[in-house]
Amino acid sequence: MTALLYLLSGVLFILGLRGLGSPRTARRGNQIAAVGMLVASVVTLVYVFDQARQSDALSVLWWVIILGALIGGAIGAVLALKVQMTSMPELVAAFNGFGGGASALVAFAAIVATGTIVGTDVQYATETEVTVALSIAIGVVTLSGSFVAYGKLKGIITGKPVALPGGPYFNLMLVILMTAASVWAIAFNEPMGYWILAAIAVVLGITGVIPIGGADMPVVISLLNSLSGVAASMAGFVIGNQGLIIAGALVGAAGFILTVQMSEAMNRSIANVLFAGFGTEGAAPIDAGDKPVNSATPEDVAISLAYAQKVIVVPGYGLAVAQAQHAVRELATALEERDVVVEYAIHPVAGRMPGHMNVLLAEADVPYDVLLDLDQSNPKFPHTDVTLVVGANDVVNPSARDDSGSAIYGMPILEVDLAATTVVIKRSLSPGFAGIDNPLFYLPSTMMLFSDAKAALENIHAALIEL
Amino acid sequence: MSPEFIQGIVVFVLAAFIGFEVISKVPPTLHTPLMSGANAISGITIVGAIIAAAFADGVFAIILGVLAMVFAMINVAGGFLVTDRMLEMFKKKPVVKK
Repeated sequence: MTALLYLLSGVLFILGLRGLGSPRTARRGNQIAAVGMLVASVVTLVYVFDQARQSDALSVLWWVIILGALIGGAIGAVLALKVQMTSMPELVAAFNGFGGGASALVAFAAIVATGTIVGTDVQYATETEVTVALSIAIGVVTLSGSFVAYGKLKGIITGKPVALPGGPYFNLMLVILMTAASVWAIAFNEPMGYWILAAIAVVLGITGVIPIGGADMPVVISLLNSLSGVAASMAGFVIGNQGLIIAGALVGAAGFILTVQMSEAMNRSIANVLFAGFGTEGAAPIDAGDKPVNSATPEDVAISLAYAQKVIVVPGYGLAVAQAQHAVRELATALEERDVVVEYAIHPVAGRMPGHMNVLLAEADVPYDVLLDLDQSNPKFPHTDVTLVVGANDVVNPSARDDSGSAIYGMPILEVDLAATTVVIKRSLSPGFAGIDNPLFYLPSTMMLFSDAKAALENIHAALIEL
Repeated sequence: MSPEFIQGIVVFVLAAFIGFEVISKVPPTLHTPLMSGANAISGITIVGAIIAAAFADGVFAIILGVLAMVFAMINVAGGFLVTDRMLEMFKKKPVVKK
């Protein structure tokens, strides 16, 4: 019966994820998944009390459950309700870390409970011990890796790729050491091996994420998301619970698909993102001093927008940093009142996590049917009067299309340079995360407005009203 | 390998394929809520945390149990709440088109 109820919660998770596939049903889907979690939790509580009733030796430490649930629930709720939408990538990274950490702790609790540490004879089968090791390794790597990602996204840790001694071989060596520690723990029945495994996994999480540049964070967060699911699955093998195995596998698959999609959007393999440390190989210093740039005022931009028929806004991370999602929406509304058609083109890796821009624009009440993805927007640029690039850089760099020598050659871009006029709002000519120059800025059809994104949009809006 | 373990592997592989099938159609607009929702589901490890906490034996095991509960609960409560908050914004859709 218990197993069937876990299956029910697994079915609810699947239905919930399917609901998340369409904007109309997404909220319901999330709620269905939450019900699935409630079912699984209640079934487990009934199970533990039932076990205790049948055995004189067992009693339920209910206060431990309640204490943990209250503390964790309070922290989670406060984080979830307080977070600003621009900080969503950090929060999801942190939640991933806690999930992975919880799975590792469950595996540790399991080996402590069987008494292998306190020296009794209770033993797991070898295959279960392998899943204990996997659960600890993957869970701990997810935990420490997620917090490095959190630090990078928050700006506490440098967003630039940091080169490791020995490059990828350093991490390969850590993996070999972890395998050795696991073999020691399993084959020689030495629990200390698990703790050494965990210690090395902490290091691997750090050294695995630190070399990855800030622009690659969408891939990293997706991958950590996938790992947190796999860790939960492994914990399911440890405690012999199919509910965990199902839910963990679903999340592992979901995270993996997003990881692949994000890598494709940057025209790079997952291995390249993880191990190449993009941009560390001495990007040539940019010498922009002698190239002419059309520097524009907010008034110039307002005029070209006001007399356009079709405008496409291309938001990037700069918009998120400046919290300019409401400002862009207000400008768009003012333009729509002048019968200008405004749409938004969103690159898959714009922002710091998949879909980040869509969430920000949704927060500012931009209807989702005017948000265009890569394939929808590129055919539209040649028929567009003005593209307004707000805080985006590498995803609109024509070098990716034209210059086979460029570091980002082949990456799918938004071809904003095909529009009649391109307005780029950017604080300076400094390069994006890829560290390469952008020829778009020097085109005769490009107007550069050097300013903070939010201030620029507000100034354009003000100038528009004056017209 | 025990039959239960092999059964576990079967379930794992099938569930992963269902995951691939269900997720591959999600539009980019919903990638962030999808990820945070999936993230909340990975908090299923709370099942293991409850068992670990309930039958903890000794101070060390209790510490592990409480920590596992705290971590899993942050993941579950935070994950579902923040996803709901995001999706609420997607729902209200002011029609200002002319």
